[in-house]
Amino acid sequence: MKKIHFLEWGLNSPRYWGILAVLAAIAGIGGLSALYMEHNGHWVTGMSNQVVWGMPHIFAIFLIVAASGALNVASIASVFGKTPYKPLARLSAVFAVTLLIGGLLVLVLDLGRPDRLIVAMTTYNFKSIFAWNILLYTGFMVIVIVYLFTMMERKAQQYNKAAGTFAFIWRLTLTTGTGSIFGFIVARQAFDAAIMAPMFVIMSFSFGLACFLLLLMYVYRADGRELGDSVVLRLKNLLGVFVASVFYFTLAYHLTNLYATENHSLERFILLDGGVYTNIFWIGQIFLGTLVPLGILYHPSLGKMRNWIAISCGLVVLGAFSQLYVIIIGGQAFPMQMFPGKTIIESGFYDGVNGMAASYAPTLAETLLGIGGVSVAVLMALVVIRMLPILPISLADKDVDPHAS
Amino acid sequence: MKLFMLKLMASTVLVFTVLSGTVLADEDAASRSRGYKADKLEACVEPTEFMRRNHMELILHQRNLTVHEGIRIKDDSLANCVDCHASRDAQGKAIAVNEEGQFCERCHEQAAVHLDCFQCHATIPDSDIPNDSNWH
Amino acid sequence: MADKNNLLANKARRSFLGKAAAAASLTVAPGVVLQSIAAVKSGTEGVSDNTRWGMLIDTSKCADGCDACVTACASENGLPVHERPKSDPVWIRKVKLKDNLTDSVTTLPMMCQHCEKPPCADVCPTGASFRRADGIVMVDRHICIGCRYCMMACPYKARSFIHEEIVLKPTHTPRGKGCVESCNFCVHRLDSGNETTACQEACQKEGHNAIIFGDLKDSSSEVSQALRNLPSREIRADLQLNTGVRYKDI
Ligand code: HEC
Ligand code: HEC
Ligand code: HEC
Repeated sequence: MKKIHFLEWGLNSPRYWGILAVLAAIAGIGGLSALYMEHNGHWVTGMSNQVVWGMPHIFAIFLIVAASGALNVASIASVFGKTPYKPLARLSAVFAVTLLIGGLLVLVLDLGRPDRLIVAMTTYNFKSIFAWNILLYTGFMVIVIVYLFTMMERKAQQYNKAAGTFAFIWRLTLTTGTGSIFGFIVARQAFDAAIMAPMFVIMSFSFGLACFLLLLMYVYRADGRELGDSVVLRLKNLLGVFVASVFYFTLAYHLTNLYATENHSLERFILLDGGVYTNIFWIGQIFLGTLVPLGILYHPSLGKMRNWIAISCGLVVLGAFSQLYVIIIGGQAFPMQMFPGKTIIESGFYDGVNGMAASYAPTLAETLLGIGGVSVAVLMALVVIRMLPILPISLADKDVDPHAS
Repeated sequence: MKLFMLKLMASTVLVFTVLSGTVLADEDAASRSRGYKADKLEACVEPTEFMRRNHMELILHQRNLTVHEGIRIKDDSLANCVDCHASRDAQGKAIAVNEEGQFCERCHEQAAVHLDCFQCHATIPDSDIPNDSNWH
Repeated sequence: MADKNNLLANKARRSFLGKAAAAASLTVAPGVVLQSIAAVKSGTEGVSDNTRWGMLIDTSKCADGCDACVTACASENGLPVHERPKSDPVWIRKVKLKDNLTDSVTTLPMMCQHCEKPPCADVCPTGASFRRADGIVMVDRHICIGCRYCMMACPYKARSFIHEEIVLKPTHTPRGKGCVESCNFCVHRLDSGNETTACQEACQKEGHNAIIFGDLKDSSSEVSQALRNLPSREIRADLQLNTGVRYKDI
């Protein structure tokens, strides 16, 4: 294999600044939305005392989960010693950090009292998974930045494998922790499942890789660098495996629920008569987010075309949002079963009267906050690749494929 | 014994403060005479000098004692500060302690200290809050 | 400086001595125990786990259509009258149930069940949700960051997030935007020696007496006696949270 040379992203200035301006504007609108929500209080959002976590949490968790997944490419290179992935490791680490920052920003700006962030950083209840996650997230950033340093600084290269392994273990812990935020909630049937944690790990592989591939294809096309099939096809095959694995875990989750009688009504709700949640599950998550991209990725000819690969990445992201929507919002909308064998026929607090689900309709503000977070993640990634030598000059087949001449 | 010594010390400080206070009282009283309950009193819950410098620690200490241990030393409660230090307008209506220029705000403005306490805590004496009102 | 430290230390000592005395007196003489409990209950000494506040709700006495407990709670604690029912805070609510087999109808009040092992406190990242020594589960709103994880974790849907600014509030229940809150057994009353809650008082006034409140650890209290003599159960007993609120006849 040839030696890889890295160079800053060379998009011409007007275009580069134009893109930054657009992303900054979207991020700014997200910031203003957050300000509006904080100023008025959360009643201006769709969230309520019935559905307490909404759109911001879907975006935040998507970004956090994708962040750890985006690091996979680097891990495969340095932990598992797969050289073809090595040129991509830097970008993988950078995107992992910026995605995480975007996600945390959304999470923090949705807090009831973001002004007390300092309290969250200094006062810990170590019984809380959430508190552990705060440490896991901050630790992740530090570790990945160190890891990136070992890739870029010749003198630190000897520590590369150690840092990579540590980052890999850390990221597995991080996603397990994120999944456990839900998995430990015994109160709500939809979350009370041990499978949540491993499912989040595999979700992170898939979401993170889809985001990474999209970014990679975009930045290479934008400044006219060569990106060979050997890299793209390798990644898209990997994505196919991950999407199929998420599908498998989804099946396992629902089948184990169907096995236990007390969860039948929940399964009925998600799979059959939950209205919007049922639709999002079947159309968004299963059809558009899983089956169609699998079809494209494994299609003998479509699966080799860049645009189709990009479309399937986009669909995987769409499926990711659908899946998180069904898990997070659907899980809250489904009434808590407080009185087995009885039906609630009246309540002063929406306790699922006659089995009715709680309602949630996301408002523009909370959605814009979430989109703002995505924008911040991409914007920061673009700034970093412009300023530091992150991208290999060429990823053409002849430069990366060890088997090509 | 220790306790006694402490009390002795505290009262000595108090006496001195009151003494020195009376010397300056004329000018001070004029500037403060806005119908505070505190106007008619000579001293705060602790010596004024102590309060001026350490009131924050006193309240924050009290806050944790109250919330976590159920200890409600009335003297040191935030509600009590408000009770004594809220002033009244010409009609005798209580003015919020955290309004511009009012007791709890006037130094904080200068010191650029921003308090969030009164987002939650009542800003006028309990007796001035209409009972059983339509809370909102 | 030394002056200040002494003063604060002295105040702390006052509360610490109170606790130490309570612990010591337990082993020394019964008379002293009584004395220190009296001190605890009047709010000058720290609360201790010699007390556990709890409730028994006799659903057979809870009248359909009566919401005296709900309105009493709202006016005691300054909760708003419903303008935005989805986001307005509710500390206690009436729930009406129909048995799926017998069609028999029960009504009962639901509120924070004051678990011995509260899931809300377990998940709270900052420790703002906590259980006081005397069994009251509450939120320290000075360190609550408004993440709402406790609301996700509560099996009783007992908690409310404050979705908007609160202009007028009673002196004894400070409340404000951006924090989570829930029933605290009218802690301000208990700490000042009044051993009733607003809901219990209202229910009594209506003549229903469906709510019995008191110290579960005091075997002579009305609530302890009632719990001994009447069959009662916890809601979601499967979670083994050992709730402080028990229900009869559901
Ligand atoms: C019993 C009535 C009373 C209560 C209760 C009270 N104060 Fe005071 N406070 C006073 C008086 C009277 C003075 C003025 C003493 C003087 O001028 O020398 C004073 C002075 C002060 C000062 C110094 C003001 C200055 O201009 O230097 C501060 C600060 C203060 N109080 C804070 C508090 C705080 C905080 C609380 C609640 C813990 C509180 N007070 C409770 C009566 C009270
Ligand atoms: C989000 C709402 C909120 C904010 C903001 C807040 N508090 Fe409180 N505070 C409470 C509640 C609730 C209690 C508990 C009242 C009770 O149990 O009686 C309380 C109790 C207290 C008490 C004990 C009761 C009393 O009246 O003495 C003190 C002291 C106190 N707070 C001080 C403060 C101070 C100082 C600040 C600002 C730095 C502050 N609080 C900000 C909600 C708040
Ligand atoms: C004599 C001027 C003065 C008065 C009057 C005064 N304060 Fe202060 N206060 C200060 C100063 C100065 C600070 C900042 C201290 C520091 O930064 O360490 C402060 C800080 C505080 C803090 C801590 C803020 C924080 O975030 O750490 C609290 C709480 C507080 N004051 C409450 C009150 C209340 C309540 C009153 C009215 C009863 C009051 N103060 C009246 C001067 C004053």
